[in-house]
Amino acid sequence: MANTVRLLDAVLDPARELALFHAAHAESGGITSFLGQVRGQGTELLELRHYAPLTLPGMRDLAQLCQSRWQLDGMLILHRTGQLAPGEPIVLVAAAAPHRRQAFAATDYAMDHLKSESWFWKRERRAGTWQWIEPRPDDYAAVQRWG
Amino acid sequence: MAARLVFLGRLEDAAGCAEREVAPGPLEAVLGTLEPDLAIALLGERVRMAHNGVLIAERGGIVLGEGDELAFLPPVSGG
Repeated sequence: MANTVRLLDAVLDPARELALFHAAHAESGGITSFLGQVRGQGTELLELRHYAPLTLPGMRDLAQLCQSRWQLDGMLILHRTGQLAPGEPIVLVAAAAPHRRQAFAATDYAMDHLKSESWFWKRERRAGTWQWIEPRPDDYAAVQRWG
Repeated sequence: MAARLVFLGRLEDAAGCAEREVAPGPLEAVLGTLEPDLAIALLGERVRMAHNGVLIAERGGIVLGEGDELAFLPPVSGG
């Protein structure tokens, strides 16, 4: 089954996207999803940059890797670019599979790799000052546990 | 026609711009024309490079031709 992988430069509507994904996988045993959104806690604005020649091809490879690693009916990977306000969705990952464990694992794996191995650069504005964000040690540890 | 350097993430701040046109030539010669602080930042151990959209495994021997694009990619942070 084909994967759906997109970069969005405007609003990501998780309810609509998940409804479409559910409709496309009505025969699957289960669907898991993860929605990442901009944290508040002092962040005024978040900006996501990407590098077009690498970012979307890398996301497609990631979806394909999930397909080869687990028995899946399909993957959904949507990632925002541009400026986002607190509470706005940044990333939506979903996996449809015959059985739940594959779906949970593929979603988890895709998120770990999007955080620290996909071609995105994130900066945030706090108290009027922009600062680039680098992955935390936790993010690298999360990706390494997959071997 | 010039070659183009592209600076991602924090390297954009170091360069003061997202991209810059440079005279084509070997990478060492191109870097030699930049501000020393910027050249040092670009050669950081954790900075990867993509030549015309393709990741480079080995840094040695890169030569920028007319119209080429070399992107400098610092550690990423998505999701």
